[in-house]
Amino acid sequence: MNPTALLLATFILSIVGLFAFIWSLRKGLFEAESSGARTIFSTGEIGHPEEPSVGPAQQSALNEVSRTNLVADETKTSQAELAAREAADRSSALPAFVLIGCSVVWLIVASFAGLLASLKLHWPDLLTEHAWLSFGRLRTMHLNGVAYGWAPLGLLGLAIWMLPRLLRTQLLGGRLVIFGALLWNAALIAGMGGLAIGINAGMEWLEIPWQIGVLFAIGGMLVGLPMALMLTRRKVHHLYVSVWYMGAALFWFPTLYIVAKVPGVHFGVEQATMNWWFGHNVLGLFYTPLSLAAVYYFLPKVIGRPVRSYNLSLLGFWTLAFFYGQVGAHHLIGGPIPEWLITLSIVQSVMMIIPVLAFSINQHMTLKGHFSALRHSPVLRFIVFGAVMYTLASVQGSFQALRTVNATTHFTHFTVAHAHIGMYGFVSMVVFGGVYFVMPRILNTAWPKPSLIAWHFWLVVAGFAVYMITLSIGGVLQGLALLNPAREFMESVAVTIPWLQGRSIGGALMTLGHLVFALHVLLIIVRSGAFSLTERTTPATAAANPSLT
Amino acid sequence: MENELKLLVGAMVTLSLATSALVVVPFLQLKDEPAPAELKPYTSQELRGRQLYRAHACMACHTQQPSTTGAGIADASRGWGRASVAGDYHYDDPPLLGTMRTGPDLFNIGVRQPSVDWHLGHLFQPRAYTSGSNMPAYPFMFEVRNADDVADGEKIVHLPSGTVEPGKVVVAKPEALDLVAYLISLKRTYPVLSTEQANILSQSGATTEKEQVQ
Repeated sequence: MNPTALLLATFILSIVGLFAFIWSLRKGLFEAESSGARTIFSTGEIGHPEEPSVGPAQQSALNEVSRTNLVADETKTSQAELAAREAADRSSALPAFVLIGCSVVWLIVASFAGLLASLKLHWPDLLTEHAWLSFGRLRTMHLNGVAYGWAPLGLLGLAIWMLPRLLRTQLLGGRLVIFGALLWNAALIAGMGGLAIGINAGMEWLEIPWQIGVLFAIGGMLVGLPMALMLTRRKVHHLYVSVWYMGAALFWFPTLYIVAKVPGVHFGVEQATMNWWFGHNVLGLFYTPLSLAAVYYFLPKVIGRPVRSYNLSLLGFWTLAFFYGQVGAHHLIGGPIPEWLITLSIVQSVMMIIPVLAFSINQHMTLKGHFSALRHSPVLRFIVFGAVMYTLASVQGSFQALRTVNATTHFTHFTVAHAHIGMYGFVSMVVFGGVYFVMPRILNTAWPKPSLIAWHFWLVVAGFAVYMITLSIGGVLQGLALLNPAREFMESVAVTIPWLQGRSIGGALMTLGHLVFALHVLLIIVRSGAFSLTERTTPATAAANPSLT
Repeated sequence: MENELKLLVGAMVTLSLATSALVVVPFLQLKDEPAPAELKPYTSQELRGRQLYRAHACMACHTQQPSTTGAGIADASRGWGRASVAGDYHYDDPPLLGTMRTGPDLFNIGVRQPSVDWHLGHLFQPRAYTSGSNMPAYPFMFEVRNADDVADGEKIVHLPSGTVEPGKVVVAKPEALDLVAYLISLKRTYPVLSTEQANILSQSGATTEKEQVQ
């Protein structure tokens, strides 16, 4: 049978099935169009922005922006509901703190590894005497420090903090989360040490060998288990959109990792297709949904207005789940793998425009009329910047998967720039925003130096802009040189050098921003009463000891 | 959406669809792919070298996949060889296809540059051979010694003059020799079937191992 026809038939069938599925879920959401979107607000809370990182002046400015959202017949807030939320916040404080605290440490480690690797690409004779400081190892450590340290720990910290609020129950199994976080960190310390001495499984995103990596799967499951416990005891009827993303991601990650790492099964070129199945799914089905969950929670909370179109978010979720899983083979265009597989991935890459637009339009509609809130809320600045970069990275990715565009950008620094729009511009910025929101709630104290938040924002935005622009230009020039048989290979190296220097400048600014961020996190911990969290996990003890609050 | 079971079942179904497409079907399609007759398994020294290639993450800058599209059209003119096919990676666990061409493709580096001395010297200091190269130097795979301090059987690296100070010689450690042995083994010059030829053969039902590699 003709493979193209088969592929087309399967594709059409799956699309029809997908939409039938969405339609079946959507039934019942008609009559109360936005009731689902309101689950994140207590009674009478719509129109009252929550922005823990700002002072009273900015808070009242935010209230002013959100005044139009006030619901006439809901003027009183429910004390019982607010007390329940406070209890939920207390229950998640320590586990979320452990996860976020570790993620900040890995951010600093990964930033320096990345910066030094970047410098070495244009100063190749810098620090060459030690194997662990050579470019290949630093680059790998940078990738793993971000991919298994900063991003997942930060996102899981935000998820663990959000879940009790979203399910209106206290965190169950908090100790499992802490134990899972410790296992995860142990694996990463061992894995990074292994990479430094040259233990590398040889597949990108999967460099840490399975003997260590199995702890990521177990740790990830332990962090995810409380969600399953809480779902059964939840006090909300409706599951908010963030819960779908987090719920799915917490199940997806261990599955992905175990299938990718099961020893003795994968072979030859099939390992390469599996590699990119994992490589793109860990982005698309783990970091992305967790980050989107954070955007869907924090953005409406900060402006005090529910998400506009709930049906659009449903469409966005299921199309993401369906299309994103199959895009991985676009990393192997022109490679030694079956051609139908590459075609399938290109088609699904382009189809990704649907979930991306569904998300972007939804956020834009929610934010409409509230853009001035950006002036008053640092959290919103980070989150909106991240959401815009998600749109940019995804649309760029869809086009980059087309054979004609890919011919130039494949194998070049352009791909690296693209990866940073996703993992930095989108994921990291959302985590920054989320941390600025949750840390004051976790530690029950305000950020000590609000000016540092502004420094952080502008340093990383400036650094990221320099990074993205220089490296994208350098990548295109490199690709054009590689495409032209008349040009020597070394020309493709020479054209990139000035742009690689530019990238180092951008990277240095970003690293500086991260140091400001880490310092501020340290300051708020010190201010909160220095590492004595366990003693004040209940409001009662906090009240008994006023010096801590 | 109120039903968490629907959510999780749906999420796992979409993931299994993706896993079937990108992992299971390629597994079934490729599992009986024979090794080309002319492709030799790696020797133990070459395997040790391959281990070092992974340890230093050479694949962060070098591909091993002359491609059929895009830059691949220029690949042949640079002497990088024909586009690779699945069978070429029969002995590779895992295949080191790479994603970047910060440096050139190495699928056939053993054909382009068969000299052990060149490779050793180039690893010690790439810029002594290629000006403008941004490849890392690997001096820790070598020892710089006095010229009279070399035992029998040790490999002295012949470098362009001026790379080290006068009176000194550079001796390769075993790891450098292993890595170079691996690099030189990368030769895939044997012919393979084009897709069209393979299709004709498979339709006539006469695909014995011999014919697949001609």
